[in-house]
Amino acid sequence: MEQLTRPRATAEVRTLAALGTAPVLLGADPGRREDLAGYLALGGYRTPTGPEELLRRLRAADLRGRGGAGFPAARKLEGVLAQPPGPRVAVANAAEGEPASVKDRFLARRRPHLLLDGLAHAAAAIAADRAYIQVSDRTAAASLTAALAERPPAVPVTVSLVAEAYVAGEESAVVRHLGGGPALPTAKPPRVFEHGVDGLPTLVHNAETLAGIALAAGGGRADTFLATVSGLGSAPALYELPYGTPLDELADHHYGTGADPESYLIGGFFGGLLSPRPGLALHPESLRDAGAQLGCGAVVALGPEDCPVSAAADVLAFLTAEGARQCGACIRGTAAMAQTLRLICRGEATTRDAEQLEGWSRSLRGRGACGLLDAAAANAAALLRTHPGTVAAHLAAPCPRCLAAGDPPRRTRFALDLA
Amino acid sequence: MEHAMKLHLDATLCQGYGLCQEQAPGLLELDEWGYAALRTPQPDLGSGARAAADAAVRVCPARALRLG
Repeated sequence: MEQLTRPRATAEVRTLAALGTAPVLLGADPGRREDLAGYLALGGYRTPTGPEELLRRLRAADLRGRGGAGFPAARKLEGVLAQPPGPRVAVANAAEGEPASVKDRFLARRRPHLLLDGLAHAAAAIAADRAYIQVSDRTAAASLTAALAERPPAVPVTVSLVAEAYVAGEESAVVRHLGGGPALPTAKPPRVFEHGVDGLPTLVHNAETLAGIALAAGGGRADTFLATVSGLGSAPALYELPYGTPLDELADHHYGTGADPESYLIGGFFGGLLSPRPGLALHPESLRDAGAQLGCGAVVALGPEDCPVSAAADVLAFLTAEGARQCGACIRGTAAMAQTLRLICRGEATTRDAEQLEGWSRSLRGRGACGLLDAAAANAAALLRTHPGTVAAHLAAPCPRCLAAGDPPRRTRFALDLA
Repeated sequence: MEHAMKLHLDATLCQGYGLCQEQAPGLLELDEWGYAALRTPQPDLGSGARAAADAAVRVCPARALRLG
């Protein structure tokens, strides 16, 4: 029996009232599980409209996928609608494998009805005859099971528990697990919208995306996102932020005015390091222009004691350990990049090693069945791009901060859970 | 709309035999560990490239390549 939870630090749930938005994702009382009466009091569980009206509302809200890739939610729905007639499947993906993010487990545990409402709208729009929710923790599974008993859904919903793993949340791994297989990714094509659970066209939406669908379908606001904010010795917190919130403003509020982080690990472990610049907004396009991504909304500030090289080495060590061990280029490439970063941390790497790392960070893109190798390459590339001087200094002499940090821990030091 | 035929590689199946690259060097390369990678952008599978692609698909002991 695989372990379903791991030891973690905890993230305290707080709202960011300072940014002046009434929370719609965090709900009325984020510290407690919202029951059916609580959700109905907020106007939840509206009767689903037809697919055209839902698509119109999702496009009007410009709702993006919140699992990481940021793909427009309406387009994903259209991909399934364009398939030949026949049975279809809707899936809520709350198997949050990102170590520094707690938002999906927050929604599954504390706002199960918001998640189920979004799943009901999505399932109705594609005329699905069944639906699933994939989770990776027992508290979330229990909360959702209780919510389904409180209000039986129109389309049958199965709660599926999967052992927590980075690749288990990748959508092809989700449908493979739901079909009775291992929670490991498959090669594309085919994509799950054409060939998903049991070979049927399958809509897989992230938990937060479905929350946004419930809000947009009900005619409400869907202009905010959840951000798990940690690092710099702060008490980790989950925030709901309007798209476009300046990173500086969030940093001043969370880390304290003048904390001035030198670097961030942003958007999840597939995003890599970001050097902050004044006025940078937490918005998919702004972050993409800055060479980063909003991803799952995880924001980790690196403190003065956190060398960016040791942070990247930590991420690479984690990704190496979490690989599906299916694709040769990923097994070899991720481990090779992790090893080079370990050598750089120890002050044992040569210029040739750093050049080789740079080469891998470009040549290994797109080589695996899932995005894990891309994540590893992106982290190496982001370190080299954002901190070239710091890396060069490591080649000349050992770094005291890296030596103090030691070899990366077996589990990443950035991992969080919900308090 | 008919979509253009392309060579697909299932990286989970590739065992690094390297035989495919001998058949279709214009479509495939091998990395430093011997695993196959599709060249990008993939050249048009015109008559010559199509024959090479077919040969690469046939020669792979792991059945990691397919046309589709």
